[in-house]
Amino acid sequence: MRPTNEDDLSRRRFLRITLAGVGGVPAATLFLSTQSKDLFPPPPTDLDDLGRFEWGFLVDTTRCIGCGSCVRACQKENGVPDGYYRTWVERYEVDKDGEVHVDSPDGAIASFQTDLLPRETRNKAFFVPKLCNHCRSSACTQVCPVGATFDTPDGVVLIDKDRCVGCGYCVQACPYGCRYIDERTGTADKCTLCYHRLHRGMTTACAEACPREARICGDLRAPKSRLRQVLRERRYGLLKPDLGTRPKCYYVGLDPEVV
Amino acid sequence: MEGFVFPNEQHVTWTVMIVLYPYITGLVAGAFIVSSLHHVFGLKQLAPIARFSLVSAFVFLLFAPLPLLNHLGRPDRALNILITPNFRSAMSGFGFIYALYAIILVLEIWFDFRADIVRRYEAASGLARRVYRVVLLGATYRDERTDRLDKKVVKTLAGVGIPVALILHGYVGFLFGSIKANPWWSTPLMFIIFIFSAIVSGIAVLTFLYLFVTWNRRLTRNQATVDTLARFLWGFMMVAVVLELMEVLSLAYEQTEEWSVLRELITGRLWVSYVVLQLLTCSLGPFLLLSAVALLKLPLRISNLLVFLSSVLLLTQVLLMRWNVVIGGQILSKSYRGFTSYLPGLFEREGLVVAAVIVIVPFLLLREFDKRFPFFPVPAREEPS
Repeated sequence: MRPTNEDDLSRRRFLRITLAGVGGVPAATLFLSTQSKDLFPPPPTDLDDLGRFEWGFLVDTTRCIGCGSCVRACQKENGVPDGYYRTWVERYEVDKDGEVHVDSPDGAIASFQTDLLPRETRNKAFFVPKLCNHCRSSACTQVCPVGATFDTPDGVVLIDKDRCVGCGYCVQACPYGCRYIDERTGTADKCTLCYHRLHRGMTTACAEACPREARICGDLRAPKSRLRQVLRERRYGLLKPDLGTRPKCYYVGLDPEVV
Repeated sequence: MEGFVFPNEQHVTWTVMIVLYPYITGLVAGAFIVSSLHHVFGLKQLAPIARFSLVSAFVFLLFAPLPLLNHLGRPDRALNILITPNFRSAMSGFGFIYALYAIILVLEIWFDFRADIVRRYEAASGLARRVYRVVLLGATYRDERTDRLDKKVVKTLAGVGIPVALILHGYVGFLFGSIKANPWWSTPLMFIIFIFSAIVSGIAVLTFLYLFVTWNRRLTRNQATVDTLARFLWGFMMVAVVLELMEVLSLAYEQTEEWSVLRELITGRLWVSYVVLQLLTCSLGPFLLLSAVALLKLPLRISNLLVFLSSVLLLTQVLLMRWNVVIGGQILSKSYRGFTSYLPGLFEREGLVVAAVIVIVPFLLLREFDKRFPFFPVPAREEPS
């Protein structure tokens, strides 16, 4: 379902309240953007130089507030078609009987407007942002019959849209539901980890938009990167590690209910 | 939609076209194996339909890539699979296996029909004679020795073709069975199930056509052929259905994390198409009918009618099996928490009308072939059983 005018209004109201309520957000964004300059390594000079980097991603589920800023930023940055998502936010609510309820209305592009469970029956609730895991042994790269999906030397899984035949095998092979066929081009599409931004010293659009630093993109080869720092300090999990895809998206505070 | 599905899963990527692809390839492999049962294993009872099955395999093979092409987001780039194949992908083998199999089939048909075409070439004149000469690639001479040689080549190709046919279709099963992300697909049994269901569909389509054509044209039917087809249909369908059931049984018995959602899939979304139609109606039904034909002494008319009915039911069974695998696997969310839904439209690009056309045209083509090279000359030749 697409957001209606009413949804737009309430989204606008929501944003206004959020912005007004949390006065520190602009300051925090400014702070983070100056920080990311320090933490992001200098851009590569040539193609061989790419091997110096290994891009990874971290999602701190304990910090996500489900505002959906990341989803909106991603749509805007990458022109994602309506009804499809390069990133989305899932909401998990556990009721008093221990039953888990999950939703992600329109990928949470307009945040979460209504409660999933009534407050009194809710025991535990949390948000989990999702995106391409940029797996080291990605199933999508393996199954692409024409080699259109490939691993960059710096560890990002990308699609060569000039080669993709749009067979959809990668969509089936991705265990995380991150891929789709873009009807406008007839080719596969998914998160690029904002590859066009990374080597200009900028972080991903979603990480930049996150008001809570719940998303961190960084270089796994750089010991001083914020990503490595959090991975050193916190416990984290991976999605469906048993499938052997060796994801590079790390989830802090991952609940076993999340797949 | 039911429960939670990942936002991108609301769109089912593989449509009814991808249901047809393994269905048609299955018919190819199955029909070929029937012709090889005669050529290689010397089953004389199948001689009256050996040629017919060979050409059937060929016309279905011509149409196997059509649903794929119609499904591709960029059909104009289809040849990329041959130009820049990624050999780590199971799918990249398609072009090569398909091409190899097509070459074997065309050669076998050529050698099988060569003597007939030479006879026509000798009787023809003018343009027709020239066309026959081109078709014969200039090899217009024949005598007993060349006939023997042609037969030998046909036998060899039929022999080589068996493993290739099994690979062609086993490979289609492997395309699904190797997708570890999908618990409804991911099983090493998948390619074996596909091979047996292919053989079932191949025998079923030939049984159906043989009975239909002989009824329709009031031809003398070779009863030994019908009996042999019915016996093989019975045997292979038992193996195919038992394998399908064993797969679900092992999933159910292992009680893994995925089983809870697979059970929901079977008892929910797939209840009608899988349990009621595929298993109870189209598997148990023909099993009982073919058992009756094999074990009871029924009047010929009745038993042939039951065989005919069984062939129709089994053709439907295999189509339902492809549907339940391809669509079933996609309506199950990889979140293991919900199901999406899929029903093809009527007139869309990948809709039911196009699907029906893709299935029906090979039969029309077969009819055209029959007009030029009759499969069942009147009166039908009686073979000793």
